[in-house]
Amino acid sequence: MLLSALKRGQIARITRVTESDFSEKLMEMGCIPGVLVKRTVTAPLGDPVAYDLDGYCLSMRKTEASSIEVELIPAE
Amino acid sequence: MKKLRVAISGNPNCGKSSLFNQLTGLKQKVTNIPGTTIERKTGRFRHNDVEIELIDTPGTYSIKARSVDEEHALDIYTKPDVPSPDVILYIADATNLKRHLYFFSQLSELKIPMVLVLNMMDVAKFRGIEIDTDRLELELGIPVCTSNARLGEGITAIKDALTGQSFQVHFPFSQEQSVKGEQEKRYDAINHLLSRIKSEKSPRELLTAKIDPIVTHPVFGYLIFLAVLFLIFQSIFTLAEYPMQLIESMFDFAGDQLRNLLPDNWFRDLLVNGVVAGLAGVIVFIPQIAILFFFMSILEDTGYMARVSFIMDRLLRGLGLNGKSVVPLLSGAACAIPAIMAARNIENWKDRMITILVTPLMSCSARLPVYTLLISMAVPEAHVWGIFNLRGLLLLGMYMVGTIASLVAALVFKYLIRQRSLNFFIMELPIYHPPRWKNIWILVYQKSKSFVLEAGKVIIIVSIILWFLASFGPTQQHSWYEPHPTENLDQSYAGHFGKAIEPVIKPIGFNWKIGIALLTSFAAREVFVGTMSTIYSVGDEENTGRIREKMMAETDPSTGKPVYTLAVIFSLMIFYAFAMQCISTLAVVYKETRSMKWPVIQFIYMTALAWVASFVVFQLFS
Repeated sequence: MLLSALKRGQIARITRVTESDFSEKLMEMGCIPGVLVKRTVTAPLGDPVAYDLDGYCLSMRKTEASSIEVELIPAE
Repeated sequence: MKKLRVAISGNPNCGKSSLFNQLTGLKQKVTNIPGTTIERKTGRFRHNDVEIELIDTPGTYSIKARSVDEEHALDIYTKPDVPSPDVILYIADATNLKRHLYFFSQLSELKIPMVLVLNMMDVAKFRGIEIDTDRLELELGIPVCTSNARLGEGITAIKDALTGQSFQVHFPFSQEQSVKGEQEKRYDAINHLLSRIKSEKSPRELLTAKIDPIVTHPVFGYLIFLAVLFLIFQSIFTLAEYPMQLIESMFDFAGDQLRNLLPDNWFRDLLVNGVVAGLAGVIVFIPQIAILFFFMSILEDTGYMARVSFIMDRLLRGLGLNGKSVVPLLSGAACAIPAIMAARNIENWKDRMITILVTPLMSCSARLPVYTLLISMAVPEAHVWGIFNLRGLLLLGMYMVGTIASLVAALVFKYLIRQRSLNFFIMELPIYHPPRWKNIWILVYQKSKSFVLEAGKVIIIVSIILWFLASFGPTQQHSWYEPHPTENLDQSYAGHFGKAIEPVIKPIGFNWKIGIALLTSFAAREVFVGTMSTIYSVGDEENTGRIREKMMAETDPSTGKPVYTLAVIFSLMIFYAFAMQCISTLAVVYKETRSMKWPVIQFIYMTALAWVASFVVFQLFS
């Protein structure tokens, strides 16, 4: 699934960052395959969205989040 | 004595400014990098018989620059013509070492000795993070210090490390052989390193996690933001009033003293009406600008500003701007000059250009005296529904007109500027922390100072030129090129200019006298009031009431009707809201965009907008 489809509070593991104008920036900011992400807050109009990325909070637009593939980690 | 140039680097929000301030105290100055217009903050201190020059750089996440701010941060490492530092002092946030070590790993490959500081150790401990710094020192091969910049802990150890023997990092960050991308390799190496030096208990929930749902709430988020804005502007206008009056009366006093001391000649006139008046025009805005910077720094420092950008991004994106345009646009309500400089951290080139182009449409404080005079002519002192002051409402309306105009202009430019550029909004939401007052005071002082120097130079030169144009004129029998002092403004060059442009400004309701004021306003918009008082030969320049009476009493000799009808006054207000009447702003736009194209476009579009809007308003009301 894509990171943009992640619902609030859900946790997922990044599997791939699709090559784009901003993939390099995303990866520099820590969006690296293997990293756990959790969706935290969403801006009032549904975009951008903030994610907890291994202890720090990164916000991005939906377009950017759609370029990241993740696998959902089922809640215990 | 041994000298050492040390560059201080790190990610944004790593506590770099606090540490810089702790290390250098107030011995800081803002200088240009030789041969460039890039400003750089440096500070000096002495330790163990070594003279250390500490060079500050804006926070950045990577050695690849994506915004002008980042470019400035990195040229010390990347540009061959800028001398590299002897040592890099790298500040990392201990609570998020992984990402903070990414930029560190890139810098470590420059073969420059480094010292690593792990900052915010107290927060890290609170969150259950333990870091084995001795082990980290061994792995990296460089000194590792811990500090708590807010409390000033660990400063001596950092100074000792800087002045001691220097080492280069020997940890291999990007030598792994694999098909993975550069970023992935680096993070693999960092994870590998961290697995040996860091241990983490299950993290405690942070206060930030509780605040964020409230400030980004669909309803409360915007309400909180509006309340914060209201509070800021309310304080700017009420708190700044007293120091501004004090400054004005000081300059009046200085002008009077000079007038009494010096013989009555052109030099006295130049000094009093050119230089002193010009200087007063700059200094009088310091209180408002300092208060604005004060609040903006608090919002930035606590982390709230990032949330404002976060909730505003979607709204502003549709207009060709982005969340990061909020800071320039808001600052524009005080003064466009620092506001345009604040647009540096917008990565997207097109968004940044649009932000720069439309920011001067926000009603800056120089328009305030103009609005005050004109509004007092337009409407009586009255109340609407018993509570709202009618004049206050009209003033609020002018601010709204400016804001709406800047947003609409942004939308137009979105379609006009065809250049495609990287478009993304990837931003860290830092954890909240209480304002670090020392940093804020230093920032307010430095920004106010650079405003005075930036705008001051231009305003004083323009004031002198305008003084000349208003005090000298061509004589009847002589040519245009032989200036002749004149007592009457209408005989001066400025008067001739006013008459020359009268055909152009007649359709929007202005006569040649207003034409003169339009010219002189180029130094700063509020000069309008002073020029009007000169034209209507009011002795006391500060007395708005008397200028108003004189202006209101003026009648058109051909029709016998008052000149300043409601239509003319509203037309003038709209003209001042939109017209690009600020040389200093144009100078800053030129400097920031490094091209004549943008200030020229800005001047033309704003003047055209002002003329058309005034024309419509004038025709509607007359």
